[in-house]
Amino acid sequence: MAVAEGAEPISLEEQQRSTPFLDAWRLFRRNKASLVALTTLIIIFFIAITAPLWTRVGLLDARTGAQARHTVNPVNLPSVDPYPDPGSCARDNLNSNPYWCSWLSPESLVTVQNKYCFRPEPDYSQKQWCYVLGGDSNGKDWLSQTIYGAQVSLSVGVVGATMSLIVGLIYGLVSGYYGGRIDNVMMRIVDFMYGFPTLVFIILMQVYFTEVARQYQDTDQQGIAGFVLSLNKDMGGLLFLFIALGVLNWIGMARQARGLVLSYREKEFVEAARAVGANNRRIIFVHLLPNILGPLIVLETLAIPGYIFTEAFLSFIGLGVQPGTPSWGAMISEVRDRGGFFSNRHILLVPSIALVLTTLSFNFLGDGLRDALDPRMRGT
Amino acid sequence: MSQSMPDTQAKSAPATSSADGRKVLVEVTDLKKHFPIKSGILFQREVAAVKAVDGVSFKIYEGETLGLVGESGCGKSTTGRTILQLYQPTSGSVKFDGQEITDLKGNALRRMRRKMQMVFQDPYASLNPRMSVGRIVAEPLVVHNIGTKKEREERVAELLELVGLNPYFVRRYPHEFSGGQRQRIGLARSLALNPKFIVADEPISALDVSIQAQVVNLLEKLQNELGLTYLFIAHDLSMVRHLCDRVAVMYLGKVVEIAESEELYTNPLHPYTQALLSAVPVPDPVVEETRQRIILKGDVPSPINPPKGCNFNTRCPVSVDVCFDQDPELVEILPDHWVACHRVI
Ligand SMILES: Nc1ncnc2c1ncn2[C@@H]1O[C@H](COP(=O)(O)OP(=O)(O)OP(=O)(O)O)[C@@H](O)[C@H]1O
Ligand SMILES: [Mg+2]
Repeated sequence: MAVAEGAEPISLEEQQRSTPFLDAWRLFRRNKASLVALTTLIIIFFIAITAPLWTRVGLLDARTGAQARHTVNPVNLPSVDPYPDPGSCARDNLNSNPYWCSWLSPESLVTVQNKYCFRPEPDYSQKQWCYVLGGDSNGKDWLSQTIYGAQVSLSVGVVGATMSLIVGLIYGLVSGYYGGRIDNVMMRIVDFMYGFPTLVFIILMQVYFTEVARQYQDTDQQGIAGFVLSLNKDMGGLLFLFIALGVLNWIGMARQARGLVLSYREKEFVEAARAVGANNRRIIFVHLLPNILGPLIVLETLAIPGYIFTEAFLSFIGLGVQPGTPSWGAMISEVRDRGGFFSNRHILLVPSIALVLTTLSFNFLGDGLRDALDPRMRGT
Repeated sequence: MSQSMPDTQAKSAPATSSADGRKVLVEVTDLKKHFPIKSGILFQREVAAVKAVDGVSFKIYEGETLGLVGESGCGKSTTGRTILQLYQPTSGSVKFDGQEITDLKGNALRRMRRKMQMVFQDPYASLNPRMSVGRIVAEPLVVHNIGTKKEREERVAELLELVGLNPYFVRRYPHEFSGGQRQRIGLARSLALNPKFIVADEPISALDVSIQAQVVNLLEKLQNELGLTYLFIAHDLSMVRHLCDRVAVMYLGKVVEIAESEELYTNPLHPYTQALLSAVPVPDPVVEETRQRIILKGDVPSPINPPKGCNFNTRCPVSVDVCFDQDPELVEILPDHWVACHRVI
């Protein structure tokens, strides 16, 4: 085969190069499903991060997209209806002809009309902008909600995984490395917490947080409590969701981390480091961490779908994100809110596909990472 | 401040010498290491102890190789590790170069570690899979803050050459090497600080027979070049005979016999040593023909609950009443030939 002009021949040294990272990448690449999953996730992440961009470009409804979190949030709802009549609509950036062209849920238009000053008689011939996937009962574009929903799901997944990894790792490291009585007490605490029904606990915490938020809604809270509450409000309720998810999810990770530490602590290379006079810090950071991090990242990646599902579930029952914050679980709950499953089942399609696509991708990514990172799984 | 590279010739400290003028480098006296077995849900109590090493005494002379042999689980590794203070001894004393090291802590212990190192049995577990060979061999220098980065690199290359590896390998990772090569890397690491004493814990047991001889030859070469002293742990008696000057035989946490290598092989006195040696094939076909294997009855008792009296009394073919009552002392029966047995007088 002809080598492209100017292409540098790969040196022998480069070909033989084998570092743990390169090896892992080579193994990962071999797994096609995880490569596809990785690509899908990169695309989803990209869309989620650039969500406001899409709305500005005009692909989506600017108002319901960019302002989705604020406009319809009952807490933030302006006391004066900003769009009292079709005339004032024209002054908004919605242009004068906000036409409806949903292929999926034309009937939602009916509920939308009065609230958001659509033309009483939509003129399908003049499509200036459209709700490609329809809208919800508040008149918010379904597609832009799906895109903003990706932000929620991904941040819940990533933040949940990171928090649980960091807390679990530190806990497990301390417990496993120092052993003895410390280990014993720490692991009994974990055993105790393992007995908690996780979902019930998370729901109760969310109920509690919602209650607290409602109590302080009007009073002008100062200090840390006020800051946390307003931060949570700005985050559409995600802060409390992170906390509720984080409170119990590190436990499994702590156990895994401890187990790995115990198995590596007795390895001869650790003994060799000790024989040389390496201190605890060096043994932990140079010898233990690099070896146990791989398997833990794999486990954490495989746990992400769980976090995403929990968020979707909580939002579905109304205990997740604050009302008005676009989330896939909340979108699915539209079916329930509108009443009539059969007449509204098409609503399920888009958020469900998004949800399944994301969680499946994380699963396949985790599988690929396991093949690549966890030496024990090599060759299986 | 980084320290300078270790000299090839280490200064010798005042040392205890034996009667015949040989210098004692390591002196182990009544060393014990018991691992506690704990039980209890929240507040654990010690319910029993594994008496892995239970009163071991011997001397290692400078420049010699002392073999330590015995069945699996008799406490050989634990002895080696306790001597190196990798385990805190339960009781007893270890003197290195005349200095008591069992009570050293912190920096004093770290400084002492430069003089004594360990080579491990499993060449696959003894090298960190996430570190390149260069980093592995340089680790002792980094830990002790010796030399600049460049000096360390030079030293690593020198060490790799010393153990017969291509210095070009520094960027490679352990999984790219064979067992024998890995063992050489481990050896290079243990030599980095220019130690005087090396505990080699079954360094060849995990290797192919063809490679075992290479590693043994390398150990001998290094001993001649660097004046090293070895404690060579093995369960294979044939290799020990070739390599060791003296051999100590261990059984259930105790040393039962110590003698010069040739003496031990030609004139084993302890019934356990005799049984061990009877299992070694002899290269001479005529002798091999008539070789009588002494098959010991029963299993090694648990080190949690060693038998009263002599440790070996449950399996001993020649035991008498006193063996079930009194623990025999290790006594010098012949010059330089120590045995712990009531039946050997
Ligand atoms: N860290 C430890 N904790 C508890 N018990 C231990 C520990 N290390 C060793 N032991 C026990 O001490 C006894 C002696 O073990 P050791 O590893 O010293 O034997 P060994 O002679 O080296 O055997 P091998 O030839 O199999 O390596 C064994 O019964 C073992 O189970
Ligand atoms: Mg051993």
